[in-house]
Amino acid sequence: MNTIILRTASNYLLPLLLLFSVFILLRGHYLPGGGFVGGLVAAIAFVLHAFANGLDNTRTLLRIHPGYFMPLGLALSFLSGLAPILRTGRPFMSGLWFDGPLPAIGLIGSPLFFDIGVYFVVIGASLTIIFTITENA
Amino acid sequence: MLLAVLSGFIFALGLAAFGRRFKGRAVVLSALLPFGLFAYFLSLLPGAAAGQPAVYRYAWAPSLGVELSFHADGLGLLFALIISGIGTLVFLYSAEYMKGHKYLGRFYAYLGAFMGAMLGVVLSDNILALFIFWELTSLSSFFLIGFKNEEAASRRSALTALGVTGAGGLLLLAGALLLVYVTGTYSIREMLTSGVALPEHGLYPAVLCLVFGAAFTKSAQFPFHFWLPEAMKAPTPVSTYLHSATMVKAGIYLLMRLSPLLSGHQYWHATLITLGGVTMLYAAVHILFRTDLKGILAYSTVAALGILAFLIGIGTEAALLAAAVFVLVHALYKAALFLIAGIIDHEAGTRDVTRLSGLGRIMLPVAAAGFLVAISSAGAPPTFGFVGKDLIYEATLHAGPWSTLLTAMAILANMLLLYGGFVAGIRPFAGPLPEEFEKAHMPGPLLWVPPVLLAALSLLFGLAPQLLEGMLARPAVAAMVAGQPDFHLKLWHGFNLVLQLSGLTLAGGLLLYWLFRPSLRLERRIGRLENISPKGITEGLARGFERFSGWYTHLLQSGYVRRYVFIIISFLLALVSYRIFTSVNLYIDYGRISSMATYEAVILLLMLVATLIAVFTDSRLAAVAAMGVVGYSICLLFVFYSAPDLAMTQFAIDTLTVILFVLVLYRLPKYLKISNTRGRLRDGALALAFGMLITVLALEVLNEDINREVGNYYAEHAYVLARGKNIVNVILVDFRGMDTLVEISVLTVAAVGVFSLLGTGLDIKKRGEK
Amino acid sequence: MEILLAIMVGLLYAAGLFMILRRSLVKLIIGLVLLGNGANLLIFLLGRLVKGRPPIIPEGSKALAGAFADPVPQALILTAIVISFGLQSFAIILIKQAYKVVGTDDLDEINATDEDA
Repeated sequence: MNTIILRTASNYLLPLLLLFSVFILLRGHYLPGGGFVGGLVAAIAFVLHAFANGLDNTRTLLRIHPGYFMPLGLALSFLSGLAPILRTGRPFMSGLWFDGPLPAIGLIGSPLFFDIGVYFVVIGASLTIIFTITENA
Repeated sequence: MLLAVLSGFIFALGLAAFGRRFKGRAVVLSALLPFGLFAYFLSLLPGAAAGQPAVYRYAWAPSLGVELSFHADGLGLLFALIISGIGTLVFLYSAEYMKGHKYLGRFYAYLGAFMGAMLGVVLSDNILALFIFWELTSLSSFFLIGFKNEEAASRRSALTALGVTGAGGLLLLAGALLLVYVTGTYSIREMLTSGVALPEHGLYPAVLCLVFGAAFTKSAQFPFHFWLPEAMKAPTPVSTYLHSATMVKAGIYLLMRLSPLLSGHQYWHATLITLGGVTMLYAAVHILFRTDLKGILAYSTVAALGILAFLIGIGTEAALLAAAVFVLVHALYKAALFLIAGIIDHEAGTRDVTRLSGLGRIMLPVAAAGFLVAISSAGAPPTFGFVGKDLIYEATLHAGPWSTLLTAMAILANMLLLYGGFVAGIRPFAGPLPEEFEKAHMPGPLLWVPPVLLAALSLLFGLAPQLLEGMLARPAVAAMVAGQPDFHLKLWHGFNLVLQLSGLTLAGGLLLYWLFRPSLRLERRIGRLENISPKGITEGLARGFERFSGWYTHLLQSGYVRRYVFIIISFLLALVSYRIFTSVNLYIDYGRISSMATYEAVILLLMLVATLIAVFTDSRLAAVAAMGVVGYSICLLFVFYSAPDLAMTQFAIDTLTVILFVLVLYRLPKYLKISNTRGRLRDGALALAFGMLITVLALEVLNEDINREVGNYYAEHAYVLARGKNIVNVILVDFRGMDTLVEISVLTVAAVGVFSLLGTGLDIKKRGEK
Repeated sequence: MEILLAIMVGLLYAAGLFMILRRSLVKLIIGLVLLGNGANLLIFLLGRLVKGRPPIIPEGSKALAGAFADPVPQALILTAIVISFGLQSFAIILIKQAYKVVGTDDLDEINATDEDA
C-alpha cells in the first residue's frame, strides 16, 4: 500500500481527522459523539498514517509510545471524578461546572475532562494493540 | 474486654511484621501478655462470684445480628483462667524449648492467635461470634500441629485435625442457626433465660445432633477421637496447650454452656453417657498399648474428655460440679505431664517408656513434679485429683437406676488413668539410670519451673479446695444449673463409700502398674486392627470420595473447550425450551410490530448473505470481509433506528477490527477442515436450535410492555442535572461515570495484555532451551 | 421489521455458536465476533426500535418529550462494542502466540500438548 496518492493524502488526512476527532469529542455532550468515538477516529487517523508512511514515521511523529496515553487518560478521568470531593466535598463523580459557556466548546466542567480522559485511553489502547501487532506480526 | 480477647490476634499480627527480631529476652517477656490476661480475668472473678458477671457489647455487623458481646460468668472465667494461666506457662516453656528455632516468631504468632480465639470461644455471648472463634481455633491449631511442616506425617496429621474439627465447625454453624431460629435470639445468655422448652420443640433432635457433632469432633469423643493422638506430631508445648488444657475442652465447654438449654431429655443424657462412657473406656484401654510418652498422654486425655462428657450426660448438680472441678484438675496435671514429657524428650532424646528410667537422679525437681501430678492423676490424697475423683464417684453413685454400672465404669477408667499417669510421671524417673542417658542433664529453669508450678497448684488445691469453692467452682456450676448450687469442697469426707471406692481404684491401678509392662509387641498387635478403627474407616471414606470426585470430574471435564460449550448449551437449550413449550403461550403481537422499508430489507439480506459467507467460506480473507460487512450493516441499522452514537462507534470499531484481522491474518494458520460431516451436522443442528431459541425468546419479550422508567429519568434530568443534551453521552460520562471509568481500565488491561503477550517473545525454540 | 430482526439475531447466534464449536482457532475468533454482534443487536432490539427520534434533547428545550429511543440500552451497547474490541484483539494475539508456540491450529492438539508438558 505504498502508493504516492495514499501517502500524500494521509499527510493531509492526519491533521484533518485529528481535528475532526477533537470536534467529535467536544460536542459529545450535546450531539452524537464523545470520548469513545473521538478516540477511535483519532486512532484510525494514526493507523491510516502508519499504513501510508510506515510505522516508524508515525512513531517519530508521535514521539512517545502510544501506551503512555492510557495512564494519562485514566489519571485525567479519575482526577475529574475526584475534583468534586476536593473542591466542594460532594461525592465522587458529581458534576462540577464552570459558569458561563465558552465559545465553540460550550460549558466546561468535570464531565468534559472525564470524557477527554476516555478519549486518551481509547487512543492509547487501540494504538498500542495495533502497533504491537504490526511490529510483531 | 474486647482488647483482652483481641490482644492475642494483635500480638500475632505484630509478630508477623517483626518476627525476625523476635528472639532472646523478648520471647520470655512475651509471656507477660497471657500473664496480664490471667491477672485481668482474676480481677473479674469477684463480680462473677457475686452473681453479677461483667458483660461487654460492641456493635459489629448489626444488620446480621452479629454483635461482639462478651460475658464473663463463672463458667467462662474458669476456662479463661485455664487458657491464660496455662498459656503463661507455655509461653515461658516454649522460650527455652523452641530456642533458636528458625520460625520462632511464627510459632508465637500462632500461639497468640490461638489463645485469642480460645478466649473468644469461652467468653463470647453471641453464638455466631462463638462459631467464628471456634473456627479460628481450628485454623490456628492446624498451623500449630503442622508446625514441623517439612515432615509429611506432621502435615498429614494437621490436615486430619483440620478436617475433623472443621467439619464439626460446620455442624456448629448449622446448630447455632437452628438455635437462633428456635429461640429468636443470637445471645447465648438470652437463649438460656428465654424459657423456651427446647426438648419439646420439633427441631430438638436436629439441634442436638448438630451440637453433639461439633462438640464431639472438637473434644475428640469416640468415634472422632483419632485426630488427637495423631496431633501429637506437634511440638510438645503445643500438645500441652491445645491438646490437654484448652482446645479439646472447647467441645466440653459448649456442652456445659448449652446444658441448661438442651438437657432434660433422655436423648441428651443417654447419648452423652453412652458415647462419653465408650470414649473413656476405649481410650483408657488404649493407654495400655502405647509406648510413646505422648501417645500415652494423648489417650489418657481422650479418656479424661470421655469422663467429662459422661459427667455432663449424668447432668445432676453433683455431676456438673464434678465436671467443672475435673476440668481444672485435668488441666493442671495433664499440662504438667506433657511439659515433663517435653523435658524428657528434650534431655534424653527419646519418649519411649520401655527405655526411660532413672532420670530422677539427674532432674530431681522435675521428678518431684512428675510424682505429684502422677498421684494427682491417680486421684490419691492429698492432691487436687483426689477431690476431683471423689466428686466423680459422688456423682455416679447418685445417678439413678444405673448408678452401679456407671460407677464401675468410672472406676475402671480411673484405674487406667492412674496407670497412664504413673507411667508418664513416675516410671521415667524411677529405678537405675541406664548408661545411654548419662549425658542427659538438668534442664534450664524455664523448662522445669512451669511443671513444678502446676504440680504445686495441684497439691495446694488438694490441701485447701475451699480456696476455689466460692470464687470459681460455685459460679461455674451456677452457670449450668438453675438456682443457687449448694456444696462444699473438702479433701476429707470421712470413711464413707466414696473413700472405699477410691481405695479400690488406687489398689487396682497400682497393681496394674506393677504387673503390666508396656511393650512394642503389644503396640504392633493393636496396629493390625487399624483398618477397622474409626480412623481407618474415615480415611477410607476420604479416599473413596477423592476417587469418586476424580471419576465424576473426568466424566464432564474432558479438557476440550468445544465439548464444554456443547454440553452447556445443550443443557441450557433443554431446560429453557422445556419451560417455553410447556408453560408459555407463544404468539406474536402484530400490533406492536413496525413496518419495514425496502432499504431495510436489503440490508438484512446483505447481513444474511454475509453471515453465511463468513461461516461457510474456505478463504480466511473472505470470512473477515464478510464479518466486516455484517458489522457495517449493523451500523446502518443503528443509523435508521435513532442511535447515532452507536452507529459511529460501531463504524470505527469495525474498521479497526478488520484492520487488525488483515494485519495478523497471514500470520494465522490456514483454514482447516478437520471435522467430519457428521460432527458438522450435529453442531449445525445444535447451533440452529440455539439460534431459534434466541429468536423465540426475543419475540416473546417484544410482546411485553417495556419499563422505561430509567431511560425517562435520564431523559428528564440530563440537561437539568448534568447540563448535557446527548443523553447517551451524559449517561456514560456523568450518571454512570464510575462504570465508564472501570470500563476504560479494562480496556487498558486488554491493551497491556496484548503488549506484554507479544513482548515476551514466547516461542517454541526458546521454550526448548529452558 | 422486529420479526425479521429477531430471526437475524437468532441467525447470528447460531453462526457464532457453530463457529465456536469448530476445531480451528481462527474460526473460534470469527465466531466470537459474530456472537458479540448478535448480542449487541439483541439488546438493541429488546430496547424497542424507534425510528428517527434519537435520545438527544433538541435545541432550545430542556427535556425530551414524546417518543424517543431509550438511551439506556444504547449506552450499554456502546460500552459493549468498545470492550469487545479489546477482548477480540486480546484473543487474536493469544491465538497467534499459541500458534507460534504450539505450531498447530487444532484446538484438540493444543489440549494434548498442554497435558504432555
